Amino acid sequence: MRVPILKLGRVLLTSLPADLTDQQVMDLQIDALALLRDDRADGLVIDITAVDVVDSYMARVLSETAKMVGIMGGVAVLAGMRPAVALTLVEMGQNLIQMETAFDLEGGVAKVQRAMATRGGHRDEPPEV
Amino acid sequence: MTNHPRSEFPDETSAILVSVVEIHGQEDILIARQAGRDAARNIGLGTVDQTRLATVISELARNALRYAGGGQCRITTQVAVLTRTIVLEIEDRGPGIDNVTAALTPGFSTGGGLGLGMSAVLRLMDDMIVETRPGRTMIRAQMVRHT
Ligand SMILES: Nc1ncnc2c1ncn2[C@@H]1O[C@H](COP(=O)(O)OP(=O)(O)OP(=O)(O)O)[C@@H](O)[C@H]1O
Ligand SMILES: [Mg+2]
Repeated sequence: MRVPILKLGRVLLTSLPADLTDQQVMDLQIDALALLRDDRADGLVIDITAVDVVDSYMARVLSETAKMVGIMGGVAVLAGMRPAVALTLVEMGQNLIQMETAFDLEGGVAKVQRAMATRGGHRDEPPEV
Repeated sequence: MTNHPRSEFPDETSAILVSVVEIHGQEDILIARQAGRDAARNIGLGTVDQTRLATVISELARNALRYAGGGQCRITTQVAVLTRTIVLEIEDRGPGIDNVTAALTPGFSTGGGLGLGMSAVLRLMDDMIVETRPGRTMIRAQMVRHT
């Protein structure tokens, strides 16, 4: 089963279920990038409130996804990480999460909007000169 | 010197094998780490320890699947007067780990990963033993909490 991705205004939203297989994480990356291309959204907020394990594989795929979104001109934000997950990631070391983060979904959406405002416009409009 | 039978636990009677999960596919990784979480909760360990253990199981079960085509995950718990212990064993019949020191070094990977799985186990658990040769790898990691 693929994780659904919704669109709210110019932001893509997805709430990850508690348990995801490696394949589901990879599918999410593919789906998000395709939607970003087709829908011309400004960014992606990945809500991980329900996720109770973020291991090195998931951290890598999420960070990679954020990098790709960035290269495409958008912003990806990871929102709602549980304290125990955050602590475990810190103990694992090596800055496993290489992307923007926010406390919750709302904060994530705000972060995407703010980032696009500082960049001077939406992703599909060239910034005013 | 008396020759005691080899045992992980000083008091064998209270050690309970709580779960054995065969790792054949990605879904089995999820089953194994849920089993770990349950085992930790059942002996009274908190959310952070449950998360540490589930993360470690995720790393080791994935390695068994990726590098050996599968394996077995065993979880044993022991509640003693002063300590609560979880012993995790992940065993596979794969090619073995060529260079254990390298494998435990953050950033070393032969599989195109971040190379952080094995080093994470070392950091998140209280001790770790790697037994490996061509045909068999067994990683035993332990979490001990004092009550
Ligand atoms: N069960 C195993 N059998 C054979 N080799 C293994 C096994 N587990 C680990 N290794 C070897 O040890 C290396 C390091 O493993 P580690 O889990 O740290 O990183 P990785 O799997 O390469 O990447 P990551 O876990 O960060 O996605 C692997 O690349 C592999 O060469
Ligand atoms: Mg690994």
